[in-house]
Amino acid sequence: MQALVIVAHGSHLNPDASAPTYAHADTVRETGVFDEVATAFWKEEPSFREVLRTLESEEVYVVPLFVSEGYFTEEVIPRELRLEGWDVDAWDSDGTSATQATFAAADVDKTVHYCGPVGTHDAMADVIVRRAESVTGDPEVGPGFGLAVVGHGTERNEHSAKAIEYHADRVRERGRFAEVRALFMDEAPEIDDVTDHFQSDDIVVVPLFVADGYHTQEDIPEDVGLTDDHREGWETPATVDGHRIWYAGAVGTEPLLAEVVLERAADAGAEVGDALEEVRRRTRVAAGEPAPGPAGTGD
Amino acid sequence: MTDVDDAQLEALVAAAEEGVALDGLIVTDEGGENGEGGEDREDGEDGKDGEDREDGVGDRYTFATGSDTHAGLDEAGLGRVAAQNPWYVSNWYYWEAIERPPAERAFLRWLEDADERDVPDRYEAMAEGRLAASWGQLHVTIRLGEHGHRVYTVRHAEDADREPEALEVHTDPRDAREIATFDDRGRYRPLKTAPTLPTGWAFVDLDGRALAETVGFVYPATVANWYRERRGELDVSHWRETMARQTGIYGVVETWDRGEGHEHVNWVAEACCVDSQCLKRREWAYDEETPLEVDGGDGAFPCREPCSLVVSAARTWTTLEGEEPRTYEFELTPSEKEQLEAIVDAVADGRTDDIREADFSDGANRYRARFLRAKRFDDEGDLCGVATDEWDGAEGADGADGADEADGADG
Repeated sequence: MQALVIVAHGSHLNPDASAPTYAHADTVRETGVFDEVATAFWKEEPSFREVLRTLESEEVYVVPLFVSEGYFTEEVIPRELRLEGWDVDAWDSDGTSATQATFAAADVDKTVHYCGPVGTHDAMADVIVRRAESVTGDPEVGPGFGLAVVGHGTERNEHSAKAIEYHADRVRERGRFAEVRALFMDEAPEIDDVTDHFQSDDIVVVPLFVADGYHTQEDIPEDVGLTDDHREGWETPATVDGHRIWYAGAVGTEPLLAEVVLERAADAGAEVGDALEEVRRRTRVAAGEPAPGPAGTGD
Repeated sequence: MTDVDDAQLEALVAAAEEGVALDGLIVTDEGGENGEGGEDREDGEDGKDGEDREDGVGDRYTFATGSDTHAGLDEAGLGRVAAQNPWYVSNWYYWEAIERPPAERAFLRWLEDADERDVPDRYEAMAEGRLAASWGQLHVTIRLGEHGHRVYTVRHAEDADREPEALEVHTDPRDAREIATFDDRGRYRPLKTAPTLPTGWAFVDLDGRALAETVGFVYPATVANWYRERRGELDVSHWRETMARQTGIYGVVETWDRGEGHEHVNWVAEACCVDSQCLKRREWAYDEETPLEVDGGDGAFPCREPCSLVVSAARTWTTLEGEEPRTYEFELTPSEKEQLEAIVDAVADGRTDDIREADFSDGANRYRARFLRAKRFDDEGDLCGVATDEWDGAEGADGADGADEADGADG
């Protein structure tokens, strides 16, 4: 038997923080490729400490729903899962290249495949593009459009900016969007000046965050100038300095992210059959349709 | 009752070879040999079966329920006796022939008190719809479905007397996640085992698997830990080791333990962990040798370590408790002093919403509190005009925690 565990931060304060985690877990459940699919949280229940004991499977694939490698993925999660002999070197990562490492857990008789976070997987580039499609309702969006991939910046996590730039580069290389930029909240180039960085009239702004919350629903909309007061919401698109800004909300809420979760598990040796293709197909954006799934864009 | 199901009978015959013994049902297969089978026969009270045996044709089975023993049965005879005891057969099938995780099986059996109540007793209760159990605030009823399969219904304990049809009916266990997210007043429940589960819903037509899933969504990991405890394998992490494990912004909590006793942990447990706040039964203590003086609670499922809510609150208290007390002088009437105590009590007991608008006898009444503020607070919000001075620790700690949540929750 094989199990998938999606681990995420969760929140004591925000009831929506766990919603994307549940949604992606359900998408994977419906593919039927895992005998068990569980979720666990730092701030909610079950905790990282107690999730493994709820499972029957001997092989467990743990996929962190985090945007980058750092404190949580390197220290908190392995410690709380009681991965025996964990050392960050086991991932052999340059900060964005972790795939997986295999451990025993101290409190259960299981093999735990501890995967790199979803946020650094190459397939995230597809999710960012899909996010642009879903927020514009245009499966062909790209030509004439600018795309801003937004991250926290270095102040919070040394690897965070690296991951944002990596994905921006990859999307840019595809030549689909007229312009692609990596912008940050804490460092230059800053999201506050988003219109300075684009020639295109239309700019899609995709924040590389797991869940909608304070940053994606309050900070960024106000910083970008979508609204003066986040409580009053904003238009999609909103006009800022003569540009149309299509603000997407957290990329983690995009249904296709479930496919990245599966990719992570598959890279670690999980049997996923044709589930990758199935999830891609089921989460596709049809022309003219509004954004599917749990995407809350605050308007 | 319904006849015994062919598939169940077949399974029973197949299992007889290894020997069947569950809840008062004993079926043995002596392989057609004499010897032990013969002894069984002599113990038995059914002479006819004994005669069958003497025919020497496949007279190898013994089927016993409670005081009723049939020995020397051939396969047809076994089928005949089994058919006369469909409850025992389906009970055996439900528990032994359906594959389940061990914790789930133990939990489902505990729900119907299978180790204590005999099969007819439980089956009659299930048939009459009066077999029920509780798990936290969940009320689980167990009815008899086809061929002895249990059908579970889950409601809030307060809705136990309401028909499921009168409630919001669900059949998908995953719906429980949404239900368990908010209390009856629409407030977010960050602690799943807080006694604030909302009312007004019912999960119906659940099989054992779906019931376990539903319980798992409402009270995550409680069955797993309960099962560990039952087997004497609960791994408790006490306060000190749990706080010592913390890093990052929570690393500071360890410094709250200053080797000056553990009274602060008693206060934490009284604030957060008693039954009025959390339905888990607290099994952790200050450390292995030092129990807390606060009651751990009566819950069915154990709490094996301080949870993330306690750790997070402890971080705030670590900062606040770093302050030295100082002497303030306030001028209050005796009733005003008592009123302040009443207000703290009302907030601590979550009673503020229950105080009637015009109940002026209650010190925590809103108008009474507003009057006190109008009279005793100055323009700065200082009680009796007495400045707090540089002590503003509470605000600092709140701010830091909020920022942490915002960062982390966003990912």
